[in-house]
Amino acid sequence: MATREIEFRDALREAMSEEMRADPRVFLIGEEVAQYNGAYKVSKGMLEEFGPRRIIDTPISESGFAGMAIGAAMMGLRPIVEFMSWSFSLVAADPILNNAPKMLYMSGGQFGCPIVFRGNDGAGGQLGSTHSWCVEGLYSNVPGLKMAIPFDPYDAKGLLKAAIRGDDPVFFLESERLLSTKGEVPEEEYTVPFGKAKIRRSGGDCTLVSFGRPLYFCLEAAETLAKEGIECEVIDGRTIRPLDIDTIIKSVRKTNYCVVVDQSWSFGSPGSEIASQVHRYCFDDLDNYVGRVHSDDVPAPYAYNLEQEMLPNARKICECVRAVTYNA
Amino acid sequence: MAYLTEKLTSPQPNRPGGTGKQNKPEPRAIDTRTLRSWLRDMLLIREFEVRCMQAYQNKKIGGFCHVYIGQEAVAVGCTAAVKPDDPIVTAYRDHGHALARGMHPKYCMAEMFGKIGGCAKGKGGSMHMFDKTHHLYGGHGIVGAQTPLGAGLAFATKYTDEVINKGKSSKVTLCFLGDGALNQGAFHEAMNLAGLFDLPVIFCVENNGYSMGTSISRGTTMGHDISAKAVAYGIDSAVIEGMDVIKVYEGMKAVADKCRESSRPAFVDIRTYRYKGHSMSDPRKYRTREEEEQYETQDPIERLAEHMTNDRGWSKDDYEALMREVKDEIRAAVEWADASPEPPISELYKDVYVEQWGPYAGTEPPQMLKDNA
Repeated sequence: MATREIEFRDALREAMSEEMRADPRVFLIGEEVAQYNGAYKVSKGMLEEFGPRRIIDTPISESGFAGMAIGAAMMGLRPIVEFMSWSFSLVAADPILNNAPKMLYMSGGQFGCPIVFRGNDGAGGQLGSTHSWCVEGLYSNVPGLKMAIPFDPYDAKGLLKAAIRGDDPVFFLESERLLSTKGEVPEEEYTVPFGKAKIRRSGGDCTLVSFGRPLYFCLEAAETLAKEGIECEVIDGRTIRPLDIDTIIKSVRKTNYCVVVDQSWSFGSPGSEIASQVHRYCFDDLDNYVGRVHSDDVPAPYAYNLEQEMLPNARKICECVRAVTYNA
Repeated sequence: MAYLTEKLTSPQPNRPGGTGKQNKPEPRAIDTRTLRSWLRDMLLIREFEVRCMQAYQNKKIGGFCHVYIGQEAVAVGCTAAVKPDDPIVTAYRDHGHALARGMHPKYCMAEMFGKIGGCAKGKGGSMHMFDKTHHLYGGHGIVGAQTPLGAGLAFATKYTDEVINKGKSSKVTLCFLGDGALNQGAFHEAMNLAGLFDLPVIFCVENNGYSMGTSISRGTTMGHDISAKAVAYGIDSAVIEGMDVIKVYEGMKAVADKCRESSRPAFVDIRTYRYKGHSMSDPRKYRTREEEEQYETQDPIERLAEHMTNDRGWSKDDYEALMREVKDEIRAAVEWADASPEPPISELYKDVYVEQWGPYAGTEPPQMLKDNA
């Protein structure tokens, strides 16, 4: 398969543009997506190709345009809603949590909501706490929605195309810190299915499970730990809903140790859910408790050193793996 | 609350930014058969609501139950003013809209009873009536939440007509809300977007003067003239007397025709009154019995019945025959709903996702849609 190296943001744009060419029901709506070319240049050039009727600039009005897009999805259109940051989605909590994921259920199967909400999630770098939300902790709690957190350009494109084609609402969590990273992406058409984890590094001593940006820290930690004789298997969950627990279980049954790395706060989070499920399904396989690395349980601070300390990082992951595998 | 009465009897026609002239109703322009069908629809809604109140007392209906008694002319007149395939969305006091739109009362009552025969298979309940066949997009329980959805329905019809089918925008969306929703942020965002994007949506405020127990004067600035809200968004507005179905129809017809033609939003202040409490648990201590009686003398059903007698040659027998017909229909609906089984436990994991995965069993439409097909 012929590939070329492109940036994460280009991969996202290719996914949207290809799906928009194939299906006139797909449109992109959000703040600065059209004339400004996207606050983070994800939608650069799309206005030129698709025109203002399908690449739609909105005022700063998340509750309004998210709700409007949901209404449009109820009628069978397939909106892509860009949140400049998922932090701003909190003012749209009612439409995105009460309407999109529940419409099918509350209407007894009459009205689905084929919609994709996408944007930057997690700390962008010294933005302070209001702009540094990791919404996976909040939103993954809600049944009816799907959630993807892509790691590299290949997955960004494949998962987003699958999200746009799907019939259920998708929360697509990107990272501002990853938008400029590059990766090999096929020239040919492809999608990445939801609910299929990917092993990013093989190893037999400890399973590391993560999503999105913290996977880089996991891979960095795995290098360090390998020098100490601990070989980690790094699993990229790719999607939180559906969660591919089978791949995680299979790995833990091999390694007998597990550390979950999740950038949201620890209390009631994807990390706590995965740890709970691993305890449940691998009780007899585990040689220790499931370790967890999260953002510290404090609001995200502004100061560079404090923010770095607060977020999951390679040092914390190494410490956690050593603590969990001490009895190996 | 004297001004409530005053505003009903003297609507203010020439406000700035308004549609200008107040339409003088011309009852003669509407044929007797149509009037009979409106009277029947209003009677059907009232009888339905009376039976709901009884069923609620008998614990056949759970949760919250908000009845529409007193406001029947609004749903009936508004839906008559648009085409059957124009989308409609409303708030939680939604039984009237469902029936006026054409949902068979048996599906509506079965939904109230939490039965599998309900329009949403018993998963939505009183506040969440949906009917795809009749283009009713809910029934929404959070105050004001339906207003951005209404803008979105209008966005979708316009997008489909103009962008996908390369034609002219042909539909108009009715988005009902109570006066209480005027104070929600979502409403103001929806108005701004509708104005900005030229969306053919009519925000129909069923102004009954109260958001739960808070009178409009206690909760809303410019409560005496809420069209001021529309002026701020450059949206045309109209005031309509909501206790007279003919006036509702005439007023709404003019607004809807203009909205459809211009593909521009509109805002209507429909002045009405709910005879009962906000919900079944409301003792209505925030208003006087005298005030309620004043509105009961303007009853929309009695008004139309009187017109039928005085001007359309109706006899007492005609009216009573119609009453019997309606009572029989609702009685049969209650019996049907009673007989409908509870949703099977297997329904719990249906309709969560369209796609089947994990414990989720995909989706299946309600019996109502199959019957309507």
